[in-house]
Amino acid sequence: MEFQIGTEPVADGEDILLMPSDDVREHLVVIGNGMAGCRAVEELLARDGTRYRVTIFGAEPYVNYNRIMLSPVLAGEKTFEQIVINDRAWYDDNGIDLIVADPVTAIDRAAKSVTARSGRTVHYDKLLIATGSDPFIIPVPGKDLPGVISFRDMKDVDTMLDAAGKGGDAVVIGGGLLGLEAAHGLTLRGMKVTVIHLMDTLMERQLDEAAGWLLKSALEARGQTILTGANTESIYGDGKVEGVRLKDGTEIPASLVVMAVGIRPSTALARDAGLAVNRGIQVDDHMVTSDADVLAVGECVEHDGNVYGLVAPLWDMCRSLADGLTDRHSGYRGSVTSTKLKVAGLDVFSAGDFSGGEGCEDIVLRDASRGVYKRVVVKDDKVVGAVLYGDTADGGWYFDLLKKGEDVADIRDLLIFGQAFASGGGALDPKAAVAALSDDAEICGCNGVSKGQVFACISAGACSLDAVRAGCKASASCGSCTGLVENLLSVVLGDEVQSGPKTMCKCTSFGHDDVRREIVAQGMRSIPEVMQRLHWSTPDGCSSCRPALNYYLLCALPGDYVDDQQSRFVNERMHANIQKDGTYSVVPRMWGGLTNPRELRAIADVVEKFNAPMVKVTGGQRLDIFGIRKEDLPAVWADLNAAGMVSGHAYGKSLRTVKTCVGSEWCRFGTQDSTGLGVKTERMTWGSWMPHKFKIAVSGCPRNCAEATIKDFGIVCVDSGYELHVGGNGGIHVRATDFLCKVATEQEALDYCAAFTQLYREEARYLERTAPWIERVGVDYVKSRIVEDDAGREALRARFLFSQQFMQDDPWAERAAGQHAELHQPLAPIAIAAE
Amino acid sequence: MTDWIDIGTLADIPQRGARTVQIGDEKEIAVFRTGDDQVFALVNECPHKKGPLSQGIVHGHSVACPLHNWTIALKTGEAQGADSGCTPTIAVKEEGGRILIARPVAVRVAA
Ligand SMILES: Cc1cc2nc3c(=O)[nH]c(=O)nc-3n(C[C@H](O)[C@H](O)[C@H](O)COP(=O)(O)OP(=O)(O)OC[C@H]3O[C@@H](n4cnc5c(N)ncnc54)[C@H](O)[C@@H]3O)c2cc1C
Ligand code: SF4
Ligand code: FES
Repeated sequence: MEFQIGTEPVADGEDILLMPSDDVREHLVVIGNGMAGCRAVEELLARDGTRYRVTIFGAEPYVNYNRIMLSPVLAGEKTFEQIVINDRAWYDDNGIDLIVADPVTAIDRAAKSVTARSGRTVHYDKLLIATGSDPFIIPVPGKDLPGVISFRDMKDVDTMLDAAGKGGDAVVIGGGLLGLEAAHGLTLRGMKVTVIHLMDTLMERQLDEAAGWLLKSALEARGQTILTGANTESIYGDGKVEGVRLKDGTEIPASLVVMAVGIRPSTALARDAGLAVNRGIQVDDHMVTSDADVLAVGECVEHDGNVYGLVAPLWDMCRSLADGLTDRHSGYRGSVTSTKLKVAGLDVFSAGDFSGGEGCEDIVLRDASRGVYKRVVVKDDKVVGAVLYGDTADGGWYFDLLKKGEDVADIRDLLIFGQAFASGGGALDPKAAVAALSDDAEICGCNGVSKGQVFACISAGACSLDAVRAGCKASASCGSCTGLVENLLSVVLGDEVQSGPKTMCKCTSFGHDDVRREIVAQGMRSIPEVMQRLHWSTPDGCSSCRPALNYYLLCALPGDYVDDQQSRFVNERMHANIQKDGTYSVVPRMWGGLTNPRELRAIADVVEKFNAPMVKVTGGQRLDIFGIRKEDLPAVWADLNAAGMVSGHAYGKSLRTVKTCVGSEWCRFGTQDSTGLGVKTERMTWGSWMPHKFKIAVSGCPRNCAEATIKDFGIVCVDSGYELHVGGNGGIHVRATDFLCKVATEQEALDYCAAFTQLYREEARYLERTAPWIERVGVDYVKSRIVEDDAGREALRARFLFSQQFMQDDPWAERAAGQHAELHQPLAPIAIAAE
Repeated sequence: MTDWIDIGTLADIPQRGARTVQIGDEKEIAVFRTGDDQVFALVNECPHKKGPLSQGIVHGHSVACPLHNWTIALKTGEAQGADSGCTPTIAVKEEGGRILIARPVAVRVAA
């Protein structure tokens, strides 16, 4: 390893002016022997090798090396010698004085000199500050323990290699580009690595959520532990680092902690010298600071409000700087940056602004079987951003289109397929493009179906997407080729194409049933996973598909799926009913419609305490307290909980009420204990999430006072047992129930109820009530599953009861205990008087 | 000069969610965080019938109003599709991990 100390340190206070009397050229002094400082000198020499005499100060004890190659050095792919950019000979050949391991500590602008730690003072005519960045160290207890390092220079890499040599565990704090490279290197060196990331997705600055999710899955598959949404509380250890503690109490043992949470422009020197500094040292288009004789370049500067943390902009800056120093006038105009990350075969690329927004269109391609995700953002017919994962081959092309601001209107439809496709086809329209494909071109990758086979299938009579899916399997799996198949259909059939069943929403080409089936068949476990595997065409869905997916996953994975609160409608998030003025109404559960003085008193107290303007008996025999403010909800629930009352779920796509009549206990007509059975039914079914709201009723005799024949599930007690009715609806389209069957015992009535409920939960489409569902599938189908198939009914019942285990906790209790309490509170109050 | 008010960190707002900021006694501002961690701020009132936009489902760079499901663009406050109407926006930025909103504007829209 090259390790050179420039000149012997000088004694304190001794001034040495490195200006031989015979050299009368202007003296350029550079602070910082890094990527930008040296590149600036290279650019200058290329323009005019004789005009300036150059001295470079470096804080590190090395010649100029390629900082971005530190990752390969850590990973063992390169040695330090291989990443040196300019060796000693270069400095010598160009007459450059290199002073290393001696950081400059002060700039005296009046005297035009700089002083280094050794005491050496040098006079300048022009000064160039290229001090780069300082790693940001989060101010947690233990940050100064030995074994806690950043990832910035060769010394850090040496420390990491040392630690890795001893084996053991490492924690990397920060799941950005640098952190992931450090984690990868350490993993290759045999350490067990945990990455702690504050945000919910990795590399959130460069990648959107979908790509971040793919990256996380891939890294986990490589043995790293990735904790997102994890907040570091402290680093602990006795004399040296022993581990990291998170805010939630988790402790992760580690003998090495790498902090890679960000960088800050290194501006202390400039600030002390009185130069204009904002986030970085402020420079003009020729990299001149607020002092005409002082320039600055690289990560330490701020140009036009921007600070850069990648090398590409440095090259542009250095060119403008050298032009300025040699009286040329180009001028730096800022840079658009792109990021490429390649960690052991994982390709990630992002460029420009992919955050979308007004007037932006997202073009998304997800190819699940290849693990590819591409997203190109187009605005006013120009590419403004791109995120690529898994296949970054076209990154450069998109970046080029972006930088040049080229009009892409003509290739818009093929843009996402990449350069070969889009430019190869010229301005072809997509139909012509598929028409031009050869017969053996593959259309459907999942099922290996060629264009010829799709044609054959269409010729044999398939005239809709569905028919093609059924006939030759094309587009029947992941769906990514749906567009191609549709184009083929219209090429062959023109206007005769029949449109398929309705898709779930505009984000996907799949219908509800397909999505549900695929979730189960492929064992999908999260919303981003479904969106990736089924090729959603939007980055994070919309307000109709997200709640549906959340429900489908919840139903498919009881006890396992982590509910996504942000994909729930406000009522389900707040566990209260939003009203037209933005306040909420709260309905406590009254089992079977029964209540008692204690509950009534608690309700009355809440009404008074929170000034609720109205209390109403609902159609479902519950009491509804109106006009509660979002901030007061937790306190309201706490009071109701204290009286033993739980949420009535009167606000959700869920089991709401079990309405009852008085039945045999009091009524002179009653044949069975309808109230008691109602309570039992509600105890069994409460808390369950459904495709839509779900109501049950139990009447004690055929007079049917509980109106059981317009409920989703109705029980009418008769002398000889219980008549079960299904699919009733009192909504816009009033529908009386279909008769399901008659059973002899209460227990059977409960069992059939559980089985029916589960069948509805598993097979209806989201937001489809039982009435339209039964009309769609036919009551005979429901009978065949519930009445005629004893084993099937039993299995449905068992699955329902299993799910209920996880659903019957009162959501109010959690909230009242403080969970997500902040969501009820404003972020910050702002006084108006301030102006 | 815009006076920027620090209202918290990105992590204080749920991803694809919103929190509110109270201006004086009356008005509320909704501060949104999108799936890609962008931050936007709007007066917390839907142009349709004043629904609290902070409680809607955030998707892409839009929010679906919780009352009647109008879709509002977060950047411009404009209703999308066939609906029309606009909610005032408030300048907001992220700096060093903190979220800042513009005071004069925030106060003016509230007045
Ligand atoms: C591990 C790693 C991987 C990276 N990977 C990539 C990548 O893949 N792609 C990419 O585009 N970018 C990457 N970067 C970022 C890239 O390295 C920086 O953008 C670039 O190095 C900035 O150049 P600079 O000259 O401004 O700062 P630096 O290269 O950091 O140079 C600054 C130099 O100034 C010295 N210095 C500071 N203060 C003083 C002083 N008072 N006196 C004397 N000397 C001083 C420092 O010791 C340092 O040597 C990576 C960075 C790291 C750390
Ligand atoms: S349904 Fe029959 S048992 Fe029930 S209250 Fe009416 S009359 Fe009485
Ligand atoms: S109030 Fe927002 S959609 Fe009606």
